[in-house]
Amino acid sequence: MPQFLEHSGTSWKGQKVKHDLSVIDKLDPRLRVIMVTLFAFVTVLSESFWVLSLGVLVGLLLALLAQLNVKRTLRRVIAMDMFMIFLVIMLPFTTPGEALFTVAGLSASIEGFLHALMILLKAHAVVLSLLALVGTLSATTLGHALAHLRVPDKLVHLLLFTVRYLDVIGQEYKRMRRAMQARAFVLRTDMHTWRSIGYLIGMLLVHSLERSERIMDAMKCRGYKGQFYLFDDMALGTHDYRFMALFLPFLCGLIGLNFL
Amino acid sequence: MHIVDGALAVPVLAVGAALTVAGVAIGLKKMDYDHLPQVGVLSAVFFIASYIHLPIGFSSVHLILNGLIGLALGWAAFPALLVALFLQAVFFGFGGFLVLGVNVVNIALPAVLVYYLCGKGISSSSPKVAAVWGAAGGAGAIVLTTVMVAFSLMLSGEAFLLAAKVTFLAHIPVMIVEGFVTAAAVLLIRKVKPEFLNIKESSEYA
Repeated sequence: MPQFLEHSGTSWKGQKVKHDLSVIDKLDPRLRVIMVTLFAFVTVLSESFWVLSLGVLVGLLLALLAQLNVKRTLRRVIAMDMFMIFLVIMLPFTTPGEALFTVAGLSASIEGFLHALMILLKAHAVVLSLLALVGTLSATTLGHALAHLRVPDKLVHLLLFTVRYLDVIGQEYKRMRRAMQARAFVLRTDMHTWRSIGYLIGMLLVHSLERSERIMDAMKCRGYKGQFYLFDDMALGTHDYRFMALFLPFLCGLIGLNFL
Repeated sequence: MHIVDGALAVPVLAVGAALTVAGVAIGLKKMDYDHLPQVGVLSAVFFIASYIHLPIGFSSVHLILNGLIGLALGWAAFPALLVALFLQAVFFGFGGFLVLGVNVVNIALPAVLVYYLCGKGISSSSPKVAAVWGAAGGAGAIVLTTVMVAFSLMLSGEAFLLAAKVTFLAHIPVMIVEGFVTAAAVLLIRKVKPEFLNIKESSEYA
């Protein structure tokens, strides 16, 4: 598999990823999190192709409304496809049922094909809506929204710390790898590589941890005692009500379609 | 390692979510505010490890490091991995939203098991013994994770049996690499900062 197609080809750019402000950004972050959750439940639990196709269309619509960067989004969707490509390809051949076509003596069943299609639709509907509604939030805003939604304080703290360290550790990793490259280190399939990478990770942890301890001390100096201060008051505005008025009946419609 | 939304049966999703909630609750209880930065660092390392590609023949594998995370954190591995997987799902679209529970259990439960099984071994006074336990922890965590991923697939339908087997076979190289890398990392941390792996300084010189 070419490396640029793998999920690991994408690296964390943290808050630096720019995207154009869109209609979606006017919505309350809490509302976006809740709506995505509801939408994910409705699509994943559904078994009807009508609902799932509509779900994918709405996912696409949301992605358009959010003005997602086409290249970046495409890469992420393809990366997700890579996780399930084997699963989806094998499914028609392993499900018993009426034969649809035969490849090299193996018959692909209609049932298996439909099941594979269903998985594809569900995964795409969820991932597109997730990237459009929540992926466009800055990680900090997302943390605050979760705190407003009564997610345990410690978990939100952990999320915010992690987001901060992703940047720090990512840079530290690049710095150490550059130092290794300067000493003519090349990745190979041998003990030397594995040992060196193991030492790299060990050192990365030690460096980052000592840094995190200094950050913690500095925070304590400024009176940090595990209390979380939410500066941004999130309030529902007219946009939010309009969005809810459109989205909630739509979700109910999707649920209803299952029983037709 | 991530399973996408829509593949698993509803009971599997529900059990995964319930186990994750329980594991995270225990983890949060055992983690005080002073340990938050340490847990955050490891959560970020899990995320970064997925960009570290090591060549294997013509292909390459990326590190997962859940064994090392388990050795360092114990139960706190649950919240750490929940946060990392949540960020990956939301910002990168890896895995899915409702399968988050299953994905977290599949990666974090082996980490916690490794903590209990190999935690004593890596604090042995002999570096060789410690390295062997470190390797066992690193490779063991991946073995357990792939077995659990395979099980979650199999429980969702017999048609997934082949996919489950392929998942296991495809991860054998990862197990080997992860074992060596974790052993080396454990050896280094033992020397430089033993308290990170909950090893008392004195045992090093005993």
